[in-house]
Amino acid sequence: MATNWGYSINKDRQIDLDIADMQVCKAVLAAEPSLNLCISCGTCASGCTAASYTTFSLRKIILQVKRGETAGLAKEVSHCMLCGKCQLACPRNVNTRNIILQIQKALEVYGQN
Amino acid sequence: MAKIEFDPFVLPFSMGVLILLGILLFKLFRWLHSFSDEEKKSLKEGFTLDNTWASIKEVVSESLFHRKMFRRNAYLGYMHMTFAFGWLMLILIGNIESRIHSGAHMNFPYYPIFFKFFVHQRAFIPGGQLFIFLMDFFLLFVISGLGLALYKRSSSRIFGMRKTTKMKGIDKIALTALWFIFPLRLLAESFTSGYSHTGGFLTGTLGYAFAAVLPVESLAYPAWWAYSLSLMTFFILMPFTRYMHIPAEVMLIFMRNYGMKTEPQHVVMARAELNACSRCGVCVDDCQLNEHFAVAPAYFFKEVREGKASDPLTLNCLLCGRCEEACPVGLHPNEIRIGTRLQKAPVAEFSYPYLIHGATQMADVVYFAGCMTHLTPGIKSSMLRIMNSAKVDYFFMDEKGGVCCGRPLKMQGRLEAAKSLMEHNLSIIHQAQPRMLVTSCPICLKSFKDDYGLEIPVLHHSQFIALLIEKKKLNLSHLDLKLAYHDPCELGRGCGVYEEPRQVLKQIAHLHETEHAKQDSLCCGGSLGTATLSPAIRESVMQQTLDVLLAEDPDCLVTACPLCKKTFHNATETKVLDIAELVADSLVASAGSCLPDGSLSSKYQTLKTGKDV
Repeated sequence: MATNWGYSINKDRQIDLDIADMQVCKAVLAAEPSLNLCISCGTCASGCTAASYTTFSLRKIILQVKRGETAGLAKEVSHCMLCGKCQLACPRNVNTRNIILQIQKALEVYGQN
Repeated sequence: MAKIEFDPFVLPFSMGVLILLGILLFKLFRWLHSFSDEEKKSLKEGFTLDNTWASIKEVVSESLFHRKMFRRNAYLGYMHMTFAFGWLMLILIGNIESRIHSGAHMNFPYYPIFFKFFVHQRAFIPGGQLFIFLMDFFLLFVISGLGLALYKRSSSRIFGMRKTTKMKGIDKIALTALWFIFPLRLLAESFTSGYSHTGGFLTGTLGYAFAAVLPVESLAYPAWWAYSLSLMTFFILMPFTRYMHIPAEVMLIFMRNYGMKTEPQHVVMARAELNACSRCGVCVDDCQLNEHFAVAPAYFFKEVREGKASDPLTLNCLLCGRCEEACPVGLHPNEIRIGTRLQKAPVAEFSYPYLIHGATQMADVVYFAGCMTHLTPGIKSSMLRIMNSAKVDYFFMDEKGGVCCGRPLKMQGRLEAAKSLMEHNLSIIHQAQPRMLVTSCPICLKSFKDDYGLEIPVLHHSQFIALLIEKKKLNLSHLDLKLAYHDPCELGRGCGVYEEPRQVLKQIAHLHETEHAKQDSLCCGGSLGTATLSPAIRESVMQQTLDVLLAEDPDCLVTACPLCKKTFHNATETKVLDIAELVADSLVASAGSCLPDGSLSSKYQTLKTGKDV
């Protein structure tokens, strides 16, 4: 595993626009433009209570939304406690709590199972 | 007096009264019908003679004399009193007078209202002179209030209001009808007095003057018609406008005294509150967001009442509670806003199947720092220092992997999700079997007090420190600092804690009261009450508050909420500290022994959860 073959056969991570579901991203962006301020630094996830129990990571969720990978996102989002620690920690002043709420709302309208 | 006095002009008024009564009875029936069994049961339990008597007293002092309005502003109170008390007196005295005259027990409702049209020579009625004087006096009383109301529309400043409610459509028509009622009554009575040479100091004198220049005899009849028509317009529109507050407030006062509470999930009481809002606009001025959004209850309630609660008005409110404090009717806008959020929430719920219990430890005091405190480690370490110094036997509940108290979820209307977090925390608290719960975050405090149903005292750390000082558990030095104290919304208006932080601060430094202190304190803008409000608007709220707090240039701005501290911290050069940090700074050496049996919590022992601790 540690062997460097000079190439890898990891799953391709390019955004495939044929499958990407950008509707959620657009809806969230329209409701909460500060989504665009996110630089995926991960400060939000580092202090998160839910993250200390589960794989929940707002950084990852935002990345997935932006990449249009909405499958399974609804369950992931449901682990948030809305406590607001991420919002206080965010160096970019992203309105993180509203992003969670808007993702949940958008997934209900456009989301896949 | 078997003869029934009648004239066609009484018909519009009579019709208006009938329609009004019909609609009100229908509304009342539908409203009572929508009570849940649980609510009906608690209503039955609260239905006692004492409570009824208390309600009647409250109706007289609030609905008639508008005591709370008076306390806010004398002009405003007077204006509302003239309409409520003055009008009631006109109706009552008119009824007595007409009954004495006719000798009958029953009258048609229109008879006392238009008594002067039917009977000119009222001086021969027993006590006639007194009646003539009183009727004129109270008419003048109402008209003086009307004068103030008219003036308020153009300049609301003397009423202590910078802004008055914006009105639209049907409300304007009803208001106009209301404004016309009394001048038209005055005209009708004066004209009649003018040609019949009767009337009191007001109608008689005016009638005499009118008679000199106007054909009063032919003008009187149309004036009575106009008076009747304006009454009809007002009565028919009343149930559909803000004037519904007149019957609704009376109803609400009784319900409240019978023990009914307004909570987000109880739509029935919420509906009564919505109707009881008179849109007086007192809340408009007190709302710090007013220049950005019309979120003040005067506007928000209107939307909800019409079934059109919009997102901006529902979601952008900081839930700071300033409107609740200001409301002269004692409504609960926060509960209603949370209730509306609950109805607008998506079907998808938050859920926490992953939560597991860590190690619990039995202790006298359970300390819950709260999420926000974990992001302001200075507060946390100060509290630990203070408790160690006072040798408190404590268990730090959320030291590792602490779970949110649930209030942020509740404030978004996610009551079910909040409940599951509360259950998790509750089981930990029960295991620790503490004698009291101490928290550093006012948001958590509010939640623990109101929603957890704990049987032990729940204290904010400022209260706890005050208690430790009182029991001489802390050895504090005096710091030569000039302090300004900011009352956090959830701690002050939310939980009623104003004095303890001040006691503590006065003990260790020089506290200077700022403007907008205590109940009137401003919001720091960081509130978790809204998820949608933009950072720019939050900042403008913060700046407004900071300007007030720093007006006297204190050495240090002290607050008692980690969120307020964090919000202010980056915005000013002045040092911003939590009360615990300041106390920890002034700590000299440890004093006293461990928590003595019962003595520490004795002061709070008799008080169960609730706002009164």
